[in-house]
Amino acid sequence: MSQPFTQRHIGTDADAQSRMLAILGYESIDALVNAAVPESIQVDQFRTVGDSTLPPAATEREAIAELRELAGRNTVKRSMIGLGYYDTVTPAVIKRNVFENPSWYTAYTPYQPEISQGRLEALINFQTMVADLTGLSTANASMLDEATAVVEGMLLTRRASKSKSTRFLVDVDALPQTKALLANRAAALGIDLVEVDLASTAADATAELGEYFGLFVQYPGASGRVWNPAGVIAAAQAQGALAVVAADLLALTLITSPGELGADVAVGTSQRFGVPMGFGGPHAGYMAVRKGLERQLPGRLVGVSVDAAGHPAYRLSLQVREQHIRRDKATSNICTAQVLLAVMAGMYAVYHGPEGLKTIARQVHERAGQLVVALLAAGVDVVTATFFDTVRVSVPGRAAEVVRAAAVSGINLHLVDADTIGIAVDETTTLADLALVVGAFGGRDAFGLVDFSMVEAGLPPELHRTSEFLTHPVFNTHRSETSMMRYLKRLADYDYALDRGMIPLGSCTMKLNAATEMEAVSWPEFGGLHPFAPRADVEGYLELIRQLETWLTDVTGYDSVSLQPNAGSQGELAGLLAIRGFHLSTGDTQRTVCLIPSSAHGTNAASAVLAGMKVVVVACDELGNVDLADLRAKISEHAESLAALMITYPSTHGVYEHEVGAICRAVHDAGGQVYVDGANLNALLGFARYGDFGGDVSHLNLHKTFCIPHGGGGPGVGPVAAKAHLAPFLPGHPMAQGDEHYLLGAGDAPALAGGVGGTVVHTGGPVSAAPYGSPSILPISWAYVRMMGAEGLHEATGAAVLAANYVAKRLEAHYPVLYAGDNGLVAHECILDLRPLTETTGVSVDDVAKRLVDYGFHAPTMSFPVSGTLMIEPTESEDLAEIDRFVEAMIAIKAEADAVAAGRWPADDNPLCNAPHTAQSVIEGEWTHAYDRETAVYPVRSLIRGKYWPPVRRIDNAYGDRNLVCACPPPEAFES
Amino acid sequence: MAEQSELQYTAEHEWVLVDGATATVGITAYAADKLGDVVFVELPAVGSDVASGTVVGEIESTKSVGELFAPITGTVTETNDAVVDSPELVNGDPFGAGWLIKVSFAELPPLLSYAEYSALIGE
Repeated sequence: MSQPFTQRHIGTDADAQSRMLAILGYESIDALVNAAVPESIQVDQFRTVGDSTLPPAATEREAIAELRELAGRNTVKRSMIGLGYYDTVTPAVIKRNVFENPSWYTAYTPYQPEISQGRLEALINFQTMVADLTGLSTANASMLDEATAVVEGMLLTRRASKSKSTRFLVDVDALPQTKALLANRAAALGIDLVEVDLASTAADATAELGEYFGLFVQYPGASGRVWNPAGVIAAAQAQGALAVVAADLLALTLITSPGELGADVAVGTSQRFGVPMGFGGPHAGYMAVRKGLERQLPGRLVGVSVDAAGHPAYRLSLQVREQHIRRDKATSNICTAQVLLAVMAGMYAVYHGPEGLKTIARQVHERAGQLVVALLAAGVDVVTATFFDTVRVSVPGRAAEVVRAAAVSGINLHLVDADTIGIAVDETTTLADLALVVGAFGGRDAFGLVDFSMVEAGLPPELHRTSEFLTHPVFNTHRSETSMMRYLKRLADYDYALDRGMIPLGSCTMKLNAATEMEAVSWPEFGGLHPFAPRADVEGYLELIRQLETWLTDVTGYDSVSLQPNAGSQGELAGLLAIRGFHLSTGDTQRTVCLIPSSAHGTNAASAVLAGMKVVVVACDELGNVDLADLRAKISEHAESLAALMITYPSTHGVYEHEVGAICRAVHDAGGQVYVDGANLNALLGFARYGDFGGDVSHLNLHKTFCIPHGGGGPGVGPVAAKAHLAPFLPGHPMAQGDEHYLLGAGDAPALAGGVGGTVVHTGGPVSAAPYGSPSILPISWAYVRMMGAEGLHEATGAAVLAANYVAKRLEAHYPVLYAGDNGLVAHECILDLRPLTETTGVSVDDVAKRLVDYGFHAPTMSFPVSGTLMIEPTESEDLAEIDRFVEAMIAIKAEADAVAAGRWPADDNPLCNAPHTAQSVIEGEWTHAYDRETAVYPVRSLIRGKYWPPVRRIDNAYGDRNLVCACPPPEAFES
Repeated sequence: MAEQSELQYTAEHEWVLVDGATATVGITAYAADKLGDVVFVELPAVGSDVASGTVVGEIESTKSVGELFAPITGTVTETNDAVVDSPELVNGDPFGAGWLIKVSFAELPPLLSYAEYSALIGE
C-alpha cells in the first residue's frame, strides 16, 4: 500500500505538529482552529460532520487511473476550426524544460526582482517579440486571453481618447467570442457598441459613422479575410478616436504590422507559438501600444533598470498603474499575467528565430493556398479571396452535412451557418488532412491532378511585410537544442522557486504543486482540444468539470460554480456582474453601491468599477476589523442604492473576524448581497463555509487553495461560486458545449432547481474567451481534491493554521504581530510589524526582505496590506525543519538590525542595507565594508554547501520608472 | 527659492507662493518624503481653468500615487516642464526647482500659515 497523499502534501508530521502545538499550548489542531474560528460560523453549526459529498481520498495511482479514464472519453481530432485557436508544435525542449519544470512553474510573480531575473528576462523576450511583430513601441508581459485583451483595449481607448462619446465601433468580421465579451463588458459600463462592416466602408465614408471614442478591427478577420485597415484607422484618429487591432502573430511575420498601419493598440493571443490549445487555455494574450500610451497599459510590464552596482537588471515597471495601489482608479482589475505561457511563446520565438517563424508562416500560408486550389478543383465555392491561413467556403444548405462528414474523417471544421464553413490551416496540417477535407465536400481526392506550382499567394501585395523583426541576438542565437536547453537552464538558475525553498508570501498560498497533480496537464487528450470542438469530443472534460463544480460547491457551501473566469480578478468581476444581473432582474436598477472595507485588496475596488458599481469605503478599527458602526452608518446612508458588500474572509489582515455573521446580516437586511473574496480560503476549508455564514457569491483561487502552480505570475483560475438565487446570472458562453451546470438547489430556490443535484443554466455574459476558461489546468485541482478527500482538506487547513500561529508565536518576541483574532490567534498567515524596528534602527522592510535572500529565502509579502510590515504564510506544505530555518533566519536578521542600532555597523554600510550580496560583490575588488565577507554571504554555515546566489544586487526602482525601457537591452549592456 | 516661513499651505500638503495675482504651487517636503521617489508628474495644460479643491494632476512615486489639488480657483499660466522631464526634482528641491504650476487668480481663499501647517504635520 502506498502512503496516503495527504501525508505527502502536508509537510508537518504528527510528531512535528505535537511539538508545535506544545509551544502554542493547545492539545490538538482541532482545538487550536476551533479557538481561532468563531464558533458561530463553524461548519458543524450548519451540517453534520460526515455529510460531505466528496468521494473518499484516492491514492496518487488511483487518481491518475481515473484521470486516464476521463482523458479516454475525450476525442482529439484534427482541429481546423480556427477562430483564434490553432494546433501547434510545442518544441520538446520547451515542453520538458519550461512547461514541465518546477523551476519555472512553481515560481511566484516577480515582485522580488533580484531573485526573479530569469523569468523577467524571459518575459522581456516575450515583450520584445510582441512589440517587434506588432510594430508598436511597448508590449506588456501578457494578457489573460485574446477576448479579454480586446476588452482591455476598448477600455484603454476610452481612457486615452479625448472624445466624450460613449460609442465604440466593432468590425463585423471580429471573432464571435470577442464580440460576446465586448457586449457583456460594455453593457456594465454604459459603452454603446456599434457593429460595422469596416472593410466595406470606404475611408471617406467613416465620417458618416458619427462620433466614437475607439474602434476595433480583427486582422486577419475571423473569416480569414486579409484587408488593409489603414484607411479606417486614419479616419478614426482624425476624429479623435483610437484604433485597436487584434492581430495574429504568425501572420504578422508576413503581413504589414498594425503599428505600420497606424494602430494605437494591438492585441491578440500567442497561443499558436507552441502552447497547446488545451480546450481553451491557459494561453498568453498580448497587448502592445504606440509611444505615449505606455502608462495606460493594464497588467504587468517588465522594464530594465540598474542594480546597486550599476549593472542592468529587470523588474516590474510602473506598478502604481495597477489595482493594488490605485484601487478604483486603476487602469484595470487585472492582477496577473499568463507568465508561464508567455515564457513558452517567447521561447518558441527564441528557438525558431525570425527566419524560422517566417518559414512556418509561409508553410501555413502555402498549405492554405493548396487547400483553396484543391477546393476550387473540386468545384467548391471559396468565398475568401485574400487570406493567410483561413478561408470561408459557400455550400448552400449543405454546411452541416459537410462538417459532419469531415468529423467522420477525424477533422473538425467551423460551421459558420447553414451555408458557410470556415477552414483554418496551422503548422501541423498535412496534405493528407487537406485530402480528407476535400473528400468531406464530396470532391474526389484531386491531389494527384492539382498543379500546386500554380498556387498564388493569398496575401494582398500591398500588405507584404518589409520591416525587420526579432533582430535582437537572443532571437538569433539558440538554434541548436543544446544551446536552447542551456539557455533555459541558465535562466531557471537565476530564479528562486518552490524547488529551492519556502516562499512564505502572505495572501499567496505558495503550497505544494504535486507532481501527480501536474501529470495530466501534458496529456494530449487534455491539451489537444479546441475550445469549440463538438460536445461529443469533449465528454471527458465535461465530466471532469462537472465533478469539480460539484466538489467546490460542497466545500464552500454554495449551490453552483462557474469555472470560466481565468483569473481571480475575473472571478470577482463575474461575481459582481451576477449581483448586478440579479438586482436588474428584480427591478432594483438603482442598487449600484458596493461597500468595500479599507483593508480590502485593491482588486476588489477595481472590479467593482468594471461591474458598473460605485465604491464606498468602510472604515476598519485599530484591530484591523471592519468597523461595525461605520458599516451600519454607510448601509443606512446608501440603503436604497446598496448593491453589495465585498469582504475577504479571513480578512486581508490574516484574522478570523469575529463579527462576520453580523456583518453579513446587516447587508442582507438592507437588501444588499454579500460578496466574500475567497483569497484566504486556505484558512477555512473543512472548518467553515462561506455559503453557511452569509456569503451570496465568492470567487475562489484555484492557484492558491487548490494547488494550481503560480507559473511565475500566471496562469490562475478564479471560479465563481454562488447561491441558487444568483446562479442563473453566473457567466455563460454562446459557444459552450453544454449550458447546464450543477446546482445543489436544496433550500431557497426550488423553482430553479427541482431538488438536490439539479442543474441550472448560467445565462450571464462571458468573461473569458473560452467557455470553460483555462480547462487544461483543471485536472490539477481535480486531482488535489480527489486525493485529499474531505478529511485531507480539513487536515491541510489545520496544518496551515498551525504553521502560521507557530511562526507568529516564535517571532513575537522579536517582531510584534500586528493583528490577531479570537484568543490571540491568527489564521493562516501573520503580519509582522517592522515599523518599530525601522524607527529604532533605520532598517527597513526592504532591507529585511533582501537580507532574507542572503539567508536563502524568498521574502514574505512586503507592505501589504499595511505599509512597513511583512506578511508570512507558511502554508501546510512546509515541514518543520524549513519553518524553523526561516524563523531562525528572521531572528538572526533582527540581531543584525540590533547591531546596527547599537552602532556596531554604520547605518549606511551593513549587511542589511547592502543586501542581497552577489558572488561578484564579495569576490571582486578590495573588501572595505564594516562587516566581513562570510557575514555577507554565509550568515548561516549550512549555506556553504548549498547556496542560492542572486544574479544582481538591489535594484533601483525609481531609475527604471524614470527611464522606461521595456525591450531586450543590447548584450553589451551586460559586459562588466 | 522662497523661505518656507513666507509660504502659505494647504491641508493637502501643497505650498503656495503668492506674487501679485499669480500663485506658484508645489508640494511640501513632507509630502515628497511620504510619497518616496517621484517618477512621474502629470500637470494640467497651460491655459486650463482650475477650481479650488479639485484634482488637476498626479504625482507618482515607485510605490504610490498622490493627487495634485488646485489650491485656488484660476487659470494655469505656466507649468514646470523641468519637473516633467526630471520628476526627481520634486524630492530634491520641493520648495524650489520642484515647483509644479503657476495659477493666475482673482481671489485668494483662506490658506494655512507656516505655523499652522507645521502644527498640522506635527513639527
